Amino acid sequence: MSDTGPNPTGTAHGFGRALVAVYAVFALAASARSIFQLATKADEAPVAYALSALAGVVYVVATFALATDRRRLATAAIGFELIGVLAVGVLSLVDGSLFPDETVWSDFGAGYLLIPLVLPFVGLWWLQSTRGQAKAPRTHTTRGRNH
Amino acid sequence: MTDAAANGVAWLAVVVAVFAAWHTVRRQPFSNPLFYAAAVLEIALLAMLVGGSIALAGTSRDVDGVLFVSYLVTLVVIPPAAVLWGIAEKSRWGTGVVVVAMLTVAVLCVRVLQIWKGINV
Repeated sequence: MSDTGPNPTGTAHGFGRALVAVYAVFALAASARSIFQLATKADEAPVAYALSALAGVVYVVATFALATDRRRLATAAIGFELIGVLAVGVLSLVDGSLFPDETVWSDFGAGYLLIPLVLPFVGLWWLQSTRGQAKAPRTHTTRGRNH
Repeated sequence: MTDAAANGVAWLAVVVAVFAAWHTVRRQPFSNPLFYAAAVLEIALLAMLVGGSIALAGTSRDVDGVLFVSYLVTLVVIPPAAVLWGIAEKSRWGTGVVVVAMLTVAVLCVRVLQIWKGINV
């Protein structure tokens, strides 16, 4: 059908559409949660709430970068996200008192069906798998000029 | 805000998600029936926003009002955003966006019910 035609190669097309949607959900979930937490009970668990805010910012940046095909920014944001979920996951299991209230990244995102743990891997895979396609037309045009 | 209302809308969202997934798997483009299904869900969510707000005003329960209403508003925003973002994509993943959005709606409906009952997760 229509998807057999030449596909636009940006990160926001094809499977990337759905991926951006998932990232948008987490951008909303994490940032809305942190805004609510910081607005209503900032002094209860400042570390956890600051972390929620940071996670929210990271997801917003990743969503924006993927939706607008900014690869370098997307790689940086998703790489940070991967480090964040792994670090916070380990820390929250080792010493639960560090994070008295839940964040998206606590226990490797178990409260969010472990999606926060899987998502950065999918994101990096997607950036990797679309890279070749994005380069192809460019080499084609340079070749055309050389010959 | 009764259990039946929130759970009913959650199940409706799951049904629309399955319907959208059927499109995704079969590489069907965004169809009119899918659009209508999303529209029916949107009407249900609008009804839940209105009904929930009225119920909140009249309840003596200890409900976190700001949180509750912000969830209801978020729910109303999701389907139109998903349809707009998905309909522009001509590959199978255009409806994949709708799958993601509908499952999100289902989860948020369950959370809304928990907030209404004062269960803090």
